Amino acid sequence: MTETARYRLLIAVLAMVVALLFVLSLTVGPAEVAPLQGLSALFADDDSLIGLVMREIRLPRAILGLMIGATLGLSGAALQGYLRNPLAEPGLIGVSASASLGAVIAIYTGLSALMPLALPLMALAGALCAVLVVRLMAGADARPLSVILAGVAVSTFAGAMTSLALNLSPNPFAAMEIMFWMLGSLTDRSMIHVWLAAPFMVFGWLMLASLGRALDALTLGHETAASMGVDMRRVQRLAVIGTAASVGAATAVAGAIGFVGLIVPHLLRPLVGARPSRLLLASALGGATLLLAADILVRVVAPGRDLKLGVLTAVVGAPFFLVLVLRARRQMA
Amino acid sequence: MISGWCRRFLVAGLLWAASPAGISAAETPRRVVSMNVCTDQMAMLLADKGQLYSVSYLAADASTSALADDAKRYVLNHGLAEEIFLMKPDLVIAGTYTTRTTVDLLKRLGFVVEEFAPEVSIAEVRTNLRRMGKILGRQQRADALVAAMDAEIARLQAMNLSEVELALYYANGFTFGSGTLVADIVGIAGLENLAERLGISGTGKLSLEALVLARPDLIAVDASPDRGPALARQTFDHPAFRAISAGHRSVQLDSRYTICGGPFTLIAAGILQQAAMTLGGVKPDMGKR
Amino acid sequence: MSRLAVSNLAASLGGNRVLKDIALDVGPGEFVGLIGPNGAGKSTLLRACLGLVPSSGDILIDGQDLRRMAPQDLARHVSYVAQDRDIAWPITVEALVDLGRQPHRGAFARPTEGDRAAVEAALERMDIIALRARRATDLSGGEKARVLIARALAQQAGLLLADEPVAGLDPAHQLALMQVFRDLARHGTSVVASMHDLGLAARWCDRLVLLEGGRIVADGPPATVLTADLLRRVYGIEAYVTETGGGLVVQPTRLAQTKNEQQN
Repeated sequence: MTETARYRLLIAVLAMVVALLFVLSLTVGPAEVAPLQGLSALFADDDSLIGLVMREIRLPRAILGLMIGATLGLSGAALQGYLRNPLAEPGLIGVSASASLGAVIAIYTGLSALMPLALPLMALAGALCAVLVVRLMAGADARPLSVILAGVAVSTFAGAMTSLALNLSPNPFAAMEIMFWMLGSLTDRSMIHVWLAAPFMVFGWLMLASLGRALDALTLGHETAASMGVDMRRVQRLAVIGTAASVGAATAVAGAIGFVGLIVPHLLRPLVGARPSRLLLASALGGATLLLAADILVRVVAPGRDLKLGVLTAVVGAPFFLVLVLRARRQMA
Repeated sequence: MISGWCRRFLVAGLLWAASPAGISAAETPRRVVSMNVCTDQMAMLLADKGQLYSVSYLAADASTSALADDAKRYVLNHGLAEEIFLMKPDLVIAGTYTTRTTVDLLKRLGFVVEEFAPEVSIAEVRTNLRRMGKILGRQQRADALVAAMDAEIARLQAMNLSEVELALYYANGFTFGSGTLVADIVGIAGLENLAERLGISGTGKLSLEALVLARPDLIAVDASPDRGPALARQTFDHPAFRAISAGHRSVQLDSRYTICGGPFTLIAAGILQQAAMTLGGVKPDMGKR
Repeated sequence: MSRLAVSNLAASLGGNRVLKDIALDVGPGEFVGLIGPNGAGKSTLLRACLGLVPSSGDILIDGQDLRRMAPQDLARHVSYVAQDRDIAWPITVEALVDLGRQPHRGAFARPTEGDRAAVEAALERMDIIALRARRATDLSGGEKARVLIARALAQQAGLLLADEPVAGLDPAHQLALMQVFRDLARHGTSVVASMHDLGLAARWCDRLVLLEGGRIVADGPPATVLTADLLRRVYGIEAYVTETGGGLVVQPTRLAQTKNEQQN
């Protein structure tokens, strides 16, 4: 089988898995609704309670799971390609934490109540700052270690500022909500969140998806890529704004969910012949797969406990990260 | 050995400095400091004039305390050992969940600390009120308060409501099942508690989905806007919640009446009963009258 | 028309003037060797000709102003082999060489017959057909170098700029690569390659450009550039230089005596 045929097969399989998990996600929830009854209520044009649950609670949750997973997978693949660094990921380089900070400021100052768009916009602004700082710190050669170290600094700072903002809030519940912002959850999200975040995510996706060729060329380094007709300033703009818009919007409605952007591209890279351009679509689908599965798992494993998504992704992701670091160390030696 | 001896020596020195009047639990305390929002309110209700010196800052916060206005007459503390130490109280009252390290330190320093567990039933509210009365040397006042409470409970229970199922739906989907003060109040008000039907005991989670499908007759929430924005409030803006709480089917039940036990707790029962009676006109049944 | 016409070129890196007053003209089919000691500005000159470092002065590529050319258009006129052989991802050799076709393709276009033919030709020319399915990151240094040059060849630009292309290659592959460059030049492609091996430069290049301290100090046929006198002055070496039937032979023998030593 040629590499291209294998790639197409992979995309088809991933797409089917995503579709399957999407439907499965609709049938899982704390309320006991028979799967078929629930799915038919989704399309029935009545105001039954089951229809209400399906349309207003489960559907937005499944849609957000799919879109946010795709965002994290895609942005992870794009960042890795752009920074030429297998450890780059929105969570690890501090983009998610900074987006959380932006969202927290928007919500707890009451700004988002006055102007709903302030929520994704502030999260986007936070994410943008993080990408720019990390880009700056990484330098032209973007050594893996300096990127991660810059990310640690950005994450820690943003996390501290987030908890400060929550501590200062007059609302006694605010301090408890730090968990949501640091670990992420899709519990009881609504269509309002979908409409708020989706346009930004799609906008970011389009920007990141257009990077394919440039990322391929970047395999050979910045200068060679530039000599091959890649406009590096345009690439920088697309990568930075695309990541900020999609991850910012995702984080604004679901909190910071780590490691998806690290695990997914890494697992899929061998399956797409390591080509950064092919990794983009595959990682978007892979991210959606992973997040939908994680969100189903948190509801099945610990119903009624509102387990945070970031807990699950970290359980899988952290060992993964360590293995990658080990491998990077061996390469350097 | 040496460290233990040293500590005793230090404690003795500090004690001498801290309590010129000497400490005697047997005497009626004259300078009382309360460190917990629940003991604060009981102490405020019971203490003699000038007996209570300081209450916690939460007692003055209208979102957590039913007696916030009263609390402004006292010095406010933040439950810090250093702060309490300098107040030189002859009695410290704390909740069993009050910052443990602070309470331990105060005890080591020789202060008399009385601890109160949070009440999980009206019966425990009675017990705690009487105990507080005894500690403060105000038994008569305590007995009077308990008697007034019992009279109010009898009045509330005399109302004969037809079956109204109530869902307690607090921030982040918390609800109160059997074995909680709030569930006791719901019973006194004569309402059915959805959480108990769903088998939730203690403080538990009620998912929005389960709430929608259970279709309670009435939903009690604390959605007061004056606490500042938080995600917890967003639940009340959820389209699914709005759909089932439309009309008169939700009632605002301020947490300050339910966080702590006391005579004011019955205000919550009254609010719930009122809301149940105004439900849709058909549901309430005013009894034989 | 010249492939590359540079005049009055100056460039600074980090506040240091690394190129001064450069004038250089490369015609079609010329194979130019860029020589000079470390830090003379060879790499910077090559990169300036691609617009990779900020510079002042005029750079014309096939008669067009470099700075006004769209990146993709420029890439169809000039290809570049960087000194750095770092390959970020384990893509196959074939996929890597195919990257050279990017400037000729639309954003989402599939490879054409022409693209495939160019890739095949490049693989064959660099003698790496056997490696085509291998992961580029698994190759030896010499193999990587050949693969990366094949990538540039697949770009099929009229001008090829190569930074130290023979560094790290064994003698056989060094000679083979020189032969490739010669063949390219014979078919009209202009090649400018920086190199340290004066022997190779002397035998294979049409013309040598000698840089010192950011200036061109000599420019002409090997025999006029590689004089014992210039080598002593610029490199500080004594070299055995002789004309043989097969071409010029240059063999550095020892360090030249410094002025101090001469005085003693």
